[in-house]
Amino acid sequence: MYSFNYVRPSSVAEAVKALNGGNFLSGGMTLLPSLKMRLARPETLVDLAGIAELTGITIEGDRLCIGAMTRHSDVASSADIQRVLPALAELAGGIGDPLVRNRGTIGGSIANSDPSADYPAAAVALDATIVTDRREIPASSFFTGLFTTALQAGELVTRIKFPMIKRAAYAKFPSPASRYAMVGVMVVDTGKGVRVAVTGAGPCVFRQEAFEKALDQNFAPQAIDGIVVSAEGLNQDLFGTPEYRANLISVMTRRAVAAVQARR
Amino acid sequence: MGSGIGASVLRVEDQRFITGTGTYTDDIQRPGQSHAYIVRATTAHGIIKKVDVSHALSAPGVIAAYNGADLQADKIGILPCGWMTMNIDGTPMFSPTMPVVAHDRVRYVGEPIAVVIAESVHQAKDAAELIEIEIDDLPAVASIERAIAPGAPIVWDGAKGNVGFHWHIGAEAPVTAAFARAAHIAKMDLVNSRIICNSMEPRAVCAEFDVGKGEFTLYLSSQNPHVQRILLATASLGFPEHKIRVISPDVGGGFGIKAMHYHEEVIACWAARKLGRPVRWTSERSEAFISDRHGRDHQTHVELALDKDAKFIGLRVSTHANMGGYYSTFGPAIPTFFYATLLSGTYPIPAIYCDVTGVLTNTVPVDAYRGAGRPEATYVIERIVDRAADDLGMDPAELRRRNLIPVDAFPYKTPMGSEYDSGQYELALDKALALSDYKGFEARRAEAKTRGKLRGIGLSSYIEACGAAPSKIVMANGGGSGMFESATVRVNPTGGVIVMTGTHSHGQGHETTFAQVVSDKLSIPMEQIEIVHGDTARTPFGLGTNGSRSLALGGTAIIKALDKIIAKGKKITSHVLEAAEADIIFENGRFSVVGTDKGLAFGELAFTAHAPARFPTDEIEPGLEETAFFDPVNFTFPAGVHVCELEIDPDTGTTDIVAYSVVDDFGNIVNPMIVDGQVHGGTVQGIGQALLENCVYDEDSAQLLSGSLMDYCLPRADDVPNFKLDYIVTPSPHNALGVKGCGEAGAIAATPAVMNAVVDALQPAGVQDISMPATPLKIWNALQAAKAAA
Ligand SMILES: Cc1cc2nc3c(=O)[nH]c(=O)nc-3n(C[C@H](O)[C@H](O)[C@H](O)COP(=O)(O)OP(=O)(O)OC[C@H]3O[C@@H](n4cnc5c(N)ncnc54)[C@H](O)[C@@H]3O)c2cc1C
Repeated sequence: MYSFNYVRPSSVAEAVKALNGGNFLSGGMTLLPSLKMRLARPETLVDLAGIAELTGITIEGDRLCIGAMTRHSDVASSADIQRVLPALAELAGGIGDPLVRNRGTIGGSIANSDPSADYPAAAVALDATIVTDRREIPASSFFTGLFTTALQAGELVTRIKFPMIKRAAYAKFPSPASRYAMVGVMVVDTGKGVRVAVTGAGPCVFRQEAFEKALDQNFAPQAIDGIVVSAEGLNQDLFGTPEYRANLISVMTRRAVAAVQARR
Repeated sequence: MGSGIGASVLRVEDQRFITGTGTYTDDIQRPGQSHAYIVRATTAHGIIKKVDVSHALSAPGVIAAYNGADLQADKIGILPCGWMTMNIDGTPMFSPTMPVVAHDRVRYVGEPIAVVIAESVHQAKDAAELIEIEIDDLPAVASIERAIAPGAPIVWDGAKGNVGFHWHIGAEAPVTAAFARAAHIAKMDLVNSRIICNSMEPRAVCAEFDVGKGEFTLYLSSQNPHVQRILLATASLGFPEHKIRVISPDVGGGFGIKAMHYHEEVIACWAARKLGRPVRWTSERSEAFISDRHGRDHQTHVELALDKDAKFIGLRVSTHANMGGYYSTFGPAIPTFFYATLLSGTYPIPAIYCDVTGVLTNTVPVDAYRGAGRPEATYVIERIVDRAADDLGMDPAELRRRNLIPVDAFPYKTPMGSEYDSGQYELALDKALALSDYKGFEARRAEAKTRGKLRGIGLSSYIEACGAAPSKIVMANGGGSGMFESATVRVNPTGGVIVMTGTHSHGQGHETTFAQVVSDKLSIPMEQIEIVHGDTARTPFGLGTNGSRSLALGGTAIIKALDKIIAKGKKITSHVLEAAEADIIFENGRFSVVGTDKGLAFGELAFTAHAPARFPTDEIEPGLEETAFFDPVNFTFPAGVHVCELEIDPDTGTTDIVAYSVVDDFGNIVNPMIVDGQVHGGTVQGIGQALLENCVYDEDSAQLLSGSLMDYCLPRADDVPNFKLDYIVTPSPHNALGVKGCGEAGAIAATPAVMNAVVDALQPAGVQDISMPATPLKIWNALQAAKAAA
């Protein structure tokens, strides 16, 4: 780890002002390993842990609002979230391991746009809104590519707003080693239409429109039988080829649909 | 007695391990200490043109920076190989020399090329970035296949075709004859995949030099401090043995890889003396991946000949073993002597021949990993037996039963020279089949099919050679030193007992097991017994812990020393109680005159020995301390049966182990709880190798691609089932405790049991074989290929 300046502001405004080309630090689960391995060299780390306005889980009207500094374990164990959006609590409970869940935050995960992170699938399938220090960004235009987002330099994610939909489920095939998503599929039945978002498989989260159409017609696992998922452009690593991931997209979608059906 | 042999005494060392109050090498802080950072080759093969450390020297906090030439100039020696393997033609193997810091050529990614010593690790790392390195890349080679192919890049100029040695064992003619009259020949190509150990505590070193006394003290996370001391003295550092003290305090796992002599201990000692300051180094996890010795990495062709009654009549094995870029300390011993001598398995195979080619590649040197050679042998024999059963349409359990060595055949001598001590192999098989409800399997398979799952069952009947080792046998086969064990038992005046052992505990629980042996023998409570290990200044010379040797050898040395204590106690008692020595007995912790109530409790005797007024000190020396050494006449041969039952999800290729049964014969058992734990741990490592641990080198660049825990999958608690364990006790006749050793059995038996089960599950889907590790991706690919072929 190279040396850096460390600041711990107590408000969003101070945090944005202090950044000065550095990095925000939330759970540190991604940032600290890259510092330790000398892959990143920020001048300044702005620790968000002291900013009260970034935490908290609230229900505002028809929206579930989660502060950016909320830990995965808090999302997983929140009685409110389990009641109004159980799929999200389940997703958070399946991230990494207990240590990672106790430190990692929803804001850090969303801002990082890791190709194998879980939250992006929920954000896109649920059509969430990403709130920052300066604007609101719909999830559909937030994730732009491999580790890239619509965030401007120095823009801070403050909270995420989700619609409250019970008929949703997330099915994840974890990487055997890291437990990140090799492929994770979020299926949401909004009542007006089905939305399917896939993480882990490509450079960043994407929707599977062919599946959505088929599921709109017939919301059942077998509805997607026969729809070929192209392997082109999908990720390749030691644990999976593009073809394997293409297969997992179908398998995990069927499992998520079955899980939605099983919900009461 | 509650703490004697056979009691599941809670581990005394766990208090400090669980509460975080243990003392590992990294916990030892020395005044004035400095920190070393090792600069490692990032290219797998190349000629060193320049390693210029001068800019690093002026960086903040830097105390010194060195390259390989600096060590050479100070006449620092090499990291020796302690085993000489002979070629088939009678010539000695090609012997590469492994420098402590490379100076002319690098041969694997991770090889040390420079060192920076600074006030902090961070400063050392900052400075390391200023070192100017120029290496002219040479073509590199990582796999056996590529290394032995014509025109392959040459790793060592002296090793033609990258062959370091070509060794053999067994007579070829009887094997040829057996195959000529065989009714059936089963054949198979097998990969024993490369393993990266990942001990929980990474390797660590802290060295200091006392100028006044002219003495080194080296704290080292090691399995065998005395061995490290000899190697430092004679080969690498070059300093009188008696002026080096090696202390291996609490060590968080070894599994073989901490038995080797490494670069960092030599660098730290040398620099500590040069700089007049303690020098320390602790490996990081990513560093461990490319610098700890790797394990396994064999490719084998095996053929088994059977007669018309399905009896095994001949076995032919040809193995290529990847040795890495250099020979590690025990490197050539593992795929030769410690491998091929066990190829008979638990079967009387009258004719066996094996040849082994040691292949040099641009990879981390390969050495012992839990089981060390014996898992590779068990894998070969237990997979080919399943293949034979499959060829013949026989039940694999039945084929094994027909061929097991019968109880009345012991001691049984195999054509490879091993003499098995004792065993009840068929009983182990029966028990394991009952424990796993083998009979009911087909019904369970059918039920799984209704859920869309492929269910399989697999077994392995393993054997291993433990209690390493009879010095004569080892030295006749290439070993560079003896392998006996030692113990000193010191009885304090107040009756407490300190046992100093030459073995070393790094997770095995010796402080408990050995104390139980003493408690049992002397009938004194555990609290009065202290086991000391891991310090060359406090313990008698011993070979440390590896090869499941500690209880069979170290424990026996303790028994021998205790026998001397008791004999002396009887002598003293005879004087004190004025009775004939022959009439003194030692029972229930009391020296007494037979048939009378006259006697001395052990504590009284201890005091009397140190207050020598009542016995003649010209005849009997005062004090009560004895040392014993034990060199066994033979290895011990634990054996047993594993049965693995698993389900494969054909949609994803994922394997779920649903049941796992183990029956072991470890001879007598001192602490059943500790033994259960050893079986659990070993089995989990075997399962890890079979299903998860995928070591991948890039074929062209020989870069390690699976170089972190995000890429290399270690087994975790939720990857493994609850184990059903049972035991058979056939004591070993070769040591006073009748014990055989239990540390490696799990890792030896599990891989073939799991892989046999995987193949059993996949065969109905048209997949005939699959190599380790059977990852979800590999299984899914195999299923797709079978579907396409159907
Ligand atoms: C072993 C391991 C396993 C994991 N497994 C999973 C998994 O299964 N699924 C999964 O989804 N994730 C997984 N993760 C990732 C983890 O859960 C975190 O979500 C992730 O590391 C980012 O969150 P963080 O709070 O730790 O962010 P940090 O590491 O603190 O920051 C990450 C990046 O986001 C920026 N950032 C942080 N907060 C904000 C903000 N509010 N606004 C703008 N930018 C910000 C930082 O500057 C940095 O660049 C795993 C991590 C580890 C180490």
